[in-house]
Amino acid sequence: MNATLQSLIRAVEEADSSTLLLEAVQNLAAARLEGSVPTLIAALGYNNPGAAVAAVDGLIQIGEPAVPALLDQLDRHNYSARAWAIRALAGIGDPRGLVTLLGAATADFALSVRRAAARGLGAMKWHWFPDDLLEIAQEEALEALLFVAQQDEEWIVRYSAVVGLHCLATAISANYVDWRSQILAQLEQMANSDDNWAVRGRVWMAQQQLLATTAVPQTQLVAVQPSPLSAMDWHLIMEKLYERRDQERLVFPEGDPRRYRELAVAIAQNPQNS
Amino acid sequence: MDNESGIQDDNQLTVEQAIANLQGEDLGLRVYAAWWLGRFRVDAQEAIDVLIKALEDEDDRTEVGGYPLRRNAARALGKLGDRRAVAPLMRALECSDFYVREAAAQSLEMLGDLSCIPILIELLNNHVPGTLPAPEPPQLAQPFDSILEALGTLGATDAIPYILPFLDHFLPRIKYAAARAMYQLASDPYEANKYGDRLIQELSNKDLQLRRAVLADLGAIGYLPAAEAIASTLAENSLKLIALKGLLEKQLQQTTPPNLSSGAIKVMTLMDELL
Repeated sequence: MNATLQSLIRAVEEADSSTLLLEAVQNLAAARLEGSVPTLIAALGYNNPGAAVAAVDGLIQIGEPAVPALLDQLDRHNYSARAWAIRALAGIGDPRGLVTLLGAATADFALSVRRAAARGLGAMKWHWFPDDLLEIAQEEALEALLFVAQQDEEWIVRYSAVVGLHCLATAISANYVDWRSQILAQLEQMANSDDNWAVRGRVWMAQQQLLATTAVPQTQLVAVQPSPLSAMDWHLIMEKLYERRDQERLVFPEGDPRRYRELAVAIAQNPQNS
Repeated sequence: MDNESGIQDDNQLTVEQAIANLQGEDLGLRVYAAWWLGRFRVDAQEAIDVLIKALEDEDDRTEVGGYPLRRNAARALGKLGDRRAVAPLMRALECSDFYVREAAAQSLEMLGDLSCIPILIELLNNHVPGTLPAPEPPQLAQPFDSILEALGTLGATDAIPYILPFLDHFLPRIKYAAARAMYQLASDPYEANKYGDRLIQELSNKDLQLRRAVLADLGAIGYLPAAEAIASTLAENSLKLIALKGLLEKQLQQTTPPNLSSGAIKVMTLMDELL
């Protein structure tokens, strides 16, 4: 651990007022050092909103290296820290957070969490996904976002679902014409009937931008960075998605989920696919 | 409807029951019913009638002489949008209870009927006999912020000379309310922006509570030049989003749907980042 990091962390630990804590967390977050992850995550639980905002921003900047610790945090009991951790996961867009975000967007009782998760579902790092897993992942995200757009009582969560759908529509491959038209149909419906003008405004923006561009075939999308995820990560993501889908399909079974099992084996055996 | 403890929850209360409770013996249930009718926007004729009657209630008094039922009835009537409430709310501005006057001024602002402007100006100048100061510090004579906001929303240009002195009031939130009203009332845009810019400066105030107050004011007037400053001030994203929603709605009113002004697109781009 270098000297700068050590002194920045010490400043957080020794802060004895909420202003000092805020400043110390802001400074630590601004340094963007991977070694600060545990301290930033701890700051999510200090019941100091300013410090938590700064810590979330810092964690998002650090990105993927922060994800395992964030997911671990979600298993703890501090509710408010959980909410902040979900916000950070949404901001990072790491596929390991996908299933958590699906649950948070559709079922969390805090509107700020649903809001962050809905946007995060659109802005996943889709280009990292292996082809077959991409299909099920995007389908789950699409269903969750349509549900939130149709059902959520809070205008800002529906607004966020529109942002998520807008983003997802630009990310899905041209092969999925049906998904794209489902998104456009949902937007059209909201453009006419959502009772909130801000939501309608965001729908118009999404419609105008989506109609101005046509879907790009997935192969033409250039991955900005290669995926740092391991075959084991993908295996776990797939298992969780499969479980989620299985729960949903208990009542209305459709399709053959076994192919996802086969996919898991294929990925585990052939890590360079990931 | 009553359970054993005599407490009713929201799910059990019906419109008929709320109206009945408002005229019943139990003071607690009366106050709750008045709130409930506003909360669930029950604008039935009968609900309006009983709420107007409740503005003259004498049964429910606090230790220092306040009228809790009148306060809730005044608040509810603003939400229900029936102009029959205008004259009774104007009479409520003469109530000895500071908080009844505050609620009445806010509701008159919501109802948008210009006939209340003269008495609001009288109240701003503290010329209404029989009114008492707020019972707790800083013991203001009148709910100046609510009165100023109402005069601004109602477009009361006659009130300008009486509003100007409040721009330097010792209480920041009253100062903000005056700047907000002057923004709405100023005849030329250049002058209006001077008042809007005063509010933007307050987004750098060291006190979080005051930054929150000024966010609400900027959202209420939909002041577009404040967009970036709102997005970057130190406050909860939820409050920034609500303020930006005010800016966005103002922008949407200025174009024919689904056309979007460049201002609307700018505001939405900022909002997206705060989700």
